Amino acid sequence: MNMSRIVRSTANILFPFILVFGFYIIVHGHLTPGGGFQGGAVAATGFVLLLVAFSPDIIRDKFSFNSMKYTEALGLLLFIITAFVAIALGTTFFFNWLANGGIIFGESVAFGANPGILNSAGTIPLMNVAVGIEVIGAMGLIIMYMLSGIEGGNKE
Amino acid sequence: MKSKEILTAIIIAVLAASLLLPSALMVFGSPQNDGMDSYMIDNGQDIAAVNNIVTGVVFDFRGFDTLGEALVLFTAVLGVTLMFRRMKEDEEYEYE
Repeated sequence: MNMSRIVRSTANILFPFILVFGFYIIVHGHLTPGGGFQGGAVAATGFVLLLVAFSPDIIRDKFSFNSMKYTEALGLLLFIITAFVAIALGTTFFFNWLANGGIIFGESVAFGANPGILNSAGTIPLMNVAVGIEVIGAMGLIIMYMLSGIEGGNKE
Repeated sequence: MKSKEILTAIIIAVLAASLLLPSALMVFGSPQNDGMDSYMIDNGQDIAAVNNIVTGVVFDFRGFDTLGEALVLFTAVLGVTLMFRRMKEDEEYEYE
């Protein structure tokens, strides 16, 4: 069940822009409104657009159920590992062990309004990326499973 | 309109107004207990080195809550996966 040529062309053109906008929201989560959950939802919208516009048989070659499952599990695993590393370093669970460290994401931020430094905030960008990966996988998997029930659907 | 209906409407209006009264009396932007939020606003940029204090609270000060959120999403996907799974050849629906 392909949709019309107009819908397919629009989906093809919009897909990279939606993806880039989603990743922008994820990566700038510690500077601008947004974060892992919101950016992941935006990026997943791009996948959903492709899934709705094209026939499930065509999509099956591009994204499989297993790849989405692994993406989701990988995101959650990265998030928990980032939290557990703090315990391994001798501090508390979810301690921000990279902030103000001077290494990666380690620059300090002056108090008050400032334009923002991308290379700051310690573990927060890492956790944003992890949660973003998880949300992309989860949303894509939910939509793929719901579309698998229709006629000629994407059977696992 | 009957007098009973009018009375019911008046009672509902008074109840709604009495429930909304506290929110109207509160002054916006100056809560009574502001120890926690002023601590986060004053020290968030020093401790967490983050400009977006909301993200600082969600991923640093309240990280455990975010872990629960991520697990809720994982569980939701687990439920959808169970509901839409492929049935086995001899498996039948059971309604209990």
